[in-house]
Amino acid sequence: MSTGLIIIGCLILIVIIVVQIGKVTDLAAKIRGEKEVQYETNRRGGSFMLLFLAGFLVLIFWSAWHYKNWMLGYGPHHGASAHGDELDSMFNVTLFFTGIVFVVTHIALFWFAYKYRGRKGVIATFIPHDNKLEIIWTALPAIVMCFLVIRGLVAWNAVMADTAEGEEFMEIEATGQQYQWLLRYPGPDGKLGARNFRLIKPGENPLGQDWMDDKNMDDQMPTDIVLPVNKKVRVRITAMDVLHSFFLPHFRVKMDAVPGMPTYFVFTPTKTTEEYRQELKKYPEYQQPTDPNDPASEPLWKTFEYELACAELCGKGHFSMRKLVRIVSEEEYGKWIKEQQPFYLSNVRGKDFDPRKDELLDVEIRQRKQDFDSSVDKALSAAKPEEKIIRLDHVYFETGSAKLSDLSKYELDNLVAVLNKYPKMTVEVAGHTDNVGDAAANLSLSQTRAKSVYDYLTGKGIAGTRLTARGYGQSKPVDTNDTEEGKAKNRRTEFQILTQ
Amino acid sequence: MANATTIVQDHEAKLIEELGFEDHFHEHEHGDKFKSNFITKYVFSQDHKIIARQFLITGMIWALIGAGMSIIFRLQLGFPEESLSWLRPLLGKWIEINPDSGIGTLAPEFYYALVTMHGTIIVFFVLTAGLSGTFSNLLIPLQLGARDMASPLLNMFSYWFFFLASVVMFYSLFLSTGPFSGGWVAYPPLSALPQASDGSGTGMTLWILSLVFFVMSVGLGGINYITTILNLRTKGMSMWRMPLTIWAFFLTAILALLSFPVLVSGFLLLMFDRGMGTSFYLSEIFIGGQALDHVGGSPILYQHLFWFLGHPEVYIIILPAMGLTSEVLAVHCRKPIFGYKAMVFSILAIGFLSFIVWAHHMFMAGVNPFISNFFVIFTLIIAVPSAVKVFNWITTIYKSNLRYNAASMFAVGFVSMFISGGLTGIFLGNSAIDIQMHDTYFVVAHFHIVMGVAAFFGMFAGVYHWYPKMFGRYMNDTMGKLHFWGTLIGAYAIFWPMHYLGMAGVPRRYYRFDNFDTFSHFSEMNQFITIAAIITFGFQVLMFINFFYSIWKGKKVTSKNPWGATTIEWTTPIVPGHGNWPGKIPSVQRWAYDYGKNGEEFISQIEPMREGETEEH
Repeated sequence: MSTGLIIIGCLILIVIIVVQIGKVTDLAAKIRGEKEVQYETNRRGGSFMLLFLAGFLVLIFWSAWHYKNWMLGYGPHHGASAHGDELDSMFNVTLFFTGIVFVVTHIALFWFAYKYRGRKGVIATFIPHDNKLEIIWTALPAIVMCFLVIRGLVAWNAVMADTAEGEEFMEIEATGQQYQWLLRYPGPDGKLGARNFRLIKPGENPLGQDWMDDKNMDDQMPTDIVLPVNKKVRVRITAMDVLHSFFLPHFRVKMDAVPGMPTYFVFTPTKTTEEYRQELKKYPEYQQPTDPNDPASEPLWKTFEYELACAELCGKGHFSMRKLVRIVSEEEYGKWIKEQQPFYLSNVRGKDFDPRKDELLDVEIRQRKQDFDSSVDKALSAAKPEEKIIRLDHVYFETGSAKLSDLSKYELDNLVAVLNKYPKMTVEVAGHTDNVGDAAANLSLSQTRAKSVYDYLTGKGIAGTRLTARGYGQSKPVDTNDTEEGKAKNRRTEFQILTQ
Repeated sequence: MANATTIVQDHEAKLIEELGFEDHFHEHEHGDKFKSNFITKYVFSQDHKIIARQFLITGMIWALIGAGMSIIFRLQLGFPEESLSWLRPLLGKWIEINPDSGIGTLAPEFYYALVTMHGTIIVFFVLTAGLSGTFSNLLIPLQLGARDMASPLLNMFSYWFFFLASVVMFYSLFLSTGPFSGGWVAYPPLSALPQASDGSGTGMTLWILSLVFFVMSVGLGGINYITTILNLRTKGMSMWRMPLTIWAFFLTAILALLSFPVLVSGFLLLMFDRGMGTSFYLSEIFIGGQALDHVGGSPILYQHLFWFLGHPEVYIIILPAMGLTSEVLAVHCRKPIFGYKAMVFSILAIGFLSFIVWAHHMFMAGVNPFISNFFVIFTLIIAVPSAVKVFNWITTIYKSNLRYNAASMFAVGFVSMFISGGLTGIFLGNSAIDIQMHDTYFVVAHFHIVMGVAAFFGMFAGVYHWYPKMFGRYMNDTMGKLHFWGTLIGAYAIFWPMHYLGMAGVPRRYYRFDNFDTFSHFSEMNQFITIAAIITFGFQVLMFINFFYSIWKGKKVTSKNPWGATTIEWTTPIVPGHGNWPGKIPSVQRWAYDYGKNGEEFISQIEPMREGETEEH
């Protein structure tokens, strides 16, 4: 509080002093003759102008030199993308021309202000205009502008061009949301699936992907942007709520994210994160410790990472929309992308909100066949008869009936394939139940169920002589019937390889 | 000396009597509303000189508020770790005190509200109303030889609509949800959806309401300025004899009249989207846990409508400053403005081009990249008339006899600022470079220097120069010069380093920079900028003190034409009364810039052409 009072007191004092100085100079001028004082003022003012000019130019060049290793196009800061260098060079060409104009006009402005300060007995020269001079300085900037415009537009149209038909590139997607970026990779099919904003549900379906679109099944949502070096990337940029802007400062990439209107930016990263770090390493600015208070902390260059930022005001958290960007070798990228689980399979599949929970996906069919074949192989090589029993996990019947459910055919088709592969093999198909209900009824149900499987297999061209169908009812439980879990295990269909 | 002054004044009075125009103005004094009570004389006044002062003082108060806001958010940017709890008496709940450490931090939503209000206030209330409103009102009738504006009543309404806009905007600062905080450009969907930001609720409604009132003010003023310039010029005042100030105000008014209504239409559609469920700007939005019904709109449409005003707006701001600078520079250089006609054609060219460059604010907004080609070309063409103006100002100083005072120094400073800020426009107008520079501190540096500081410099030059005409006293020149040096050095200290921040890629409108490695290396520079801003703000307070102190205590003006100027506002009495000239209106015999001609220091516009003399320009 008291420091506040002291500061306020000092400020009031300064004001009073300045006002008094003002008054005194007014008075002094009156005494000395206002004209004389004006000439004196002109001389002093002119000198200050020169002084300012000199100081200004020195400070400009000093500060530019001082900060050069942080600026685009200087030191280590060359664009890390294929188009980056062209933009940096355009910036510097423009800087060259404007720099000359800046220095020349400022020297002229302040030098003239000094040289032609009001002097006693001088009358200004009457020069209303000079057509020749005016034509020259209209034409000169026009020519320089033409040069800059042409170069700029050639670069612009090349950088902003969308990918052409048949061109080799990978596509990823970035979606801005208050206050984070959501990333999507297309998965092995290389295609991003369809989205609908009405399907968005935080946690379940953050991007509103349409799970009925097969292209969505393998789309991944990684936490960082990881890209292989020297591969053309098309970023599909969207926004969910308000405007955002996809800004990769090191790659000279920027594009607004607009709700309802996907935009894009195509670029090719040309330096891996590690290569960029090695560039930085050469400069003293980046050999400083990351924590200025701890000289033992890692040097700046070592912790360097590319970053994704938001460059369009999107609300109170605008300043925090960061994502890590890593550029890696093709090889490392391959390894990384393999680890990325498709969002659908890891977060949606089989959940209540999965709209495709009643159908099998190609990948699941493939997986089940693989699992089935391997358990058959194991059984074939087993010695004991009870080890030659294989449980048909994915064969289901409608409750209380012997009608096979639609999804059962995939497993049975796998069995058909095995039987076709080993023409001498004979098997017994067995039905089992839990202990709920009447034992006799269970026995008969298990028998008809085994028969259903038998019928399906013969229907697929397997000779009936190779198959036997038997129902065991509740007589052969594999687990306790006291728990629901145990009961589920006991309700089963299996087959046993009798001869092979 | 006194004798010489008297002789000159007698000579002028004779000229007006002989050559002036008799409009029988003063024969109708009975119905003269202007000589009535205090309220009609100083409050609801229809006199253009009072209205000019009302605009100026209201604008100055807003400037102090707007600049004060920038100091608060600069404190956040320069010293993010320092406690701001001492600001709690002023900002209340917007300073959040950490219960453990006792450290007070500025709430991010209020930081954005401050940034937004700073922009809105300075652009519209200070540099449009305070600058163009003040000097158009003051100088158009005085320099053209008119008794008043074409419609004094509409002119009064113009100010009071501005006042209404001010009241509404000021009130919005105290809302519990805070004032609008979505940036002065108010892009939807952020500005359309209260779910997106607290300030987009009532704060935004009041913001729009205030600006609609403001546009009405600008419209009423603009109609008046144009009509007065076209119809009320005195005898002999052809268009080519008008001072450059008037040309600048003329074009400014035309630009405002053509572009501000487009902004209102943009706001209207925004209001529909906000309140009536339309989808002009909104499409496929999921926010606050639910998908909105709006489909089919485009936020880009708003940006087109906004910048169709927004770009001419920067010329609405800078043209009057250019006009004031030209005039002040010529008077104090004691030399004609170089290339008068080129200056006029430049103003016309800039005015025309300003309407076909707006999408250069939208290169990275997702518009078709092909369209940008045209906007790049037109944008960079503007550099040509701008360069012509700069060369002409510099050449005006060449072989002059420059009289140093606060007004002329600010005019020189204007040229420096306009060069510095204008040149960076060549980077940003080139869309390829704009990919990297868009929405970084490079842009902040560019527009603050070229249309913020430069416009303020023009305004200061005008205030110091015409203060004697407004108040019959001088502002203290020592304090004025101190104000100049403090502001010149201070403004460069604030904005020059921002170019480097922009070149390092630091985005604007960030509440703090330490979330990103890339942007976090410049805390020393940010501290430097903040300190420079505080000091520079102190110099503006000095100007404020000088201004109000001098109204009552300043040195009195003793002659009608203290600067030895040629234009006819200096033929009115020292404190002109209602109707400006006590008798006849002077007639104009020559252009406005006969300084140093044929060995005479200056020749007033009312002076008939000498024998054998030709009008050269």
